[in-house]
Amino acid sequence: MSSTSTASSEILGVTDVDKALKRIAHEIVERNSDLSDVVIVGMQTGGTWIASRLHNNIAQISPAVSVPLGAVDISMYRDDFSLRPLVLSAPTDIPVDLTGRTVVLVDDVLFTGRTVRAALEALNDHGRPRAVQLAVMVDRGHRELPIRPDYVGKNIPTHFSDEVSVGPDGVTVVTASGESQ
Amino acid sequence: MKHLLSTRDLGTEDIVSILAMADHMAEINSRAVPKVPALRGRTVASVFFEDSTRTRLSFETAATRLSAEVMTFTASSSSVNKGESLRDTIETLSAMGVDAFVVRHKSSGAPQQITQWTDAAVINAGDGWHQHPTQALLDAYTITRNFNELNSMQGRTVAIVGDIKHSRVARSGIDVFTRLGAKVVLVAPTAFLPSSLDGWGVTTADSLDEVIGVVDVVYMLRIQRERIDAAQMPSLREYSSLFALTPERAARMQSHALLLHPGPINRGVEMIVDPSLVPGSRILQQVTNGISIRMAVLFSLLGGDATTTLQNGVEA
Repeated sequence: MSSTSTASSEILGVTDVDKALKRIAHEIVERNSDLSDVVIVGMQTGGTWIASRLHNNIAQISPAVSVPLGAVDISMYRDDFSLRPLVLSAPTDIPVDLTGRTVVLVDDVLFTGRTVRAALEALNDHGRPRAVQLAVMVDRGHRELPIRPDYVGKNIPTHFSDEVSVGPDGVTVVTASGESQ
Repeated sequence: MKHLLSTRDLGTEDIVSILAMADHMAEINSRAVPKVPALRGRTVASVFFEDSTRTRLSFETAATRLSAEVMTFTASSSSVNKGESLRDTIETLSAMGVDAFVVRHKSSGAPQQITQWTDAAVINAGDGWHQHPTQALLDAYTITRNFNELNSMQGRTVAIVGDIKHSRVARSGIDVFTRLGAKVVLVAPTAFLPSSLDGWGVTTADSLDEVIGVVDVVYMLRIQRERIDAAQMPSLREYSSLFALTPERAARMQSHALLLHPGPINRGVEMIVDPSLVPGSRILQQVTNGISIRMAVLFSLLGGDATTTLQNGVEA
């Protein structure tokens, strides 16, 4: 018999997530003086609900400007097909030509940076953005590529093997702490 | 899944997942630059021992849009004319480094045989009377998407009209359509039906007039003169009078009904009506969808293959 115990700790609760999304929306508005250039693009599938919440918050802060909301699926752009099975998410939906736009790319967790790299390549197939900014709910470290976020809900130091789960209800880190017995 | 030789290699859940993947591919195909790096570094060889333009171009376009390298082999311009055997051809191409063979051959079972001579994935692009799996998948995709269904043809009736006996398109289509829940009715003269339909799960009708007003899909097959000897061929005029799609018959199709044809069309034989004048015609959409389906098939075979290789030792 062997068993592995796991320790699960909630880092952010539902109100913390809510506050973080409001703050990030304000930061996006503050940093992009011309909001009419901005497009919010969520990464399928973990980033799409966050993108949608940010989109709503921005609409409340600046009701005069309508910011397009899109989604990008990166499964055709991964550099690690051979390392993990393909998981199909929902298709890409980019409603506008990105050429000359500022894209705010949104994901739940920033980890190695490889999905962001793939997303940058995917975005290029929809035009040449003037700039791409990155918004994530959690930055958990362990980058393998020179990628950094522009907007962060919470920096959480983690072990490489920890699992971070992000949802509208909160953020939880699961640490595998036990050994086989 | 290592090869795609027959629709019977696919579980119903595999069919549904290929159709879902084709939605992703369709989105890529709708872009200004319809190309993704998914299969960069892979080589797809299209090996056609039988004439085909659309299927070969469709597969090659699919491979190109996934950034694979494409090798083209056509029997008419090759050493086959110098007596090279099928086996030698496959082994020679394999030695050049091929990840997938897309094969068309006049002999049923040739793609299956080829799997013994290469480690590459083999995709059947039509073998004799036997199977043409990607055609069935693209037809199922066209039908389900037109009826706003994701993975079911439940409650739909498909009339397959023409030379069922010699048709790999019909054999593959019947298998896929019925497994997705459709009813299939075969409309053909006796000479064009297989000697036994036991286990096919289909019904038959003696004339197109019997079914044209009640079915959801009218699937016209090409009369394949190259596979039929003269004695078997009922007179074309007699055939046309009962089984061809005329303007009058087309007008009796239900308003939501679809017209499909695998191409190329024999105008004046099975198709007397101009398909562009039939509102339900999705014949050109089938061609467009064919690229998305073949991208999905290539991607699921070559993507999954890499995973297996690594798990079997290189890195694990």
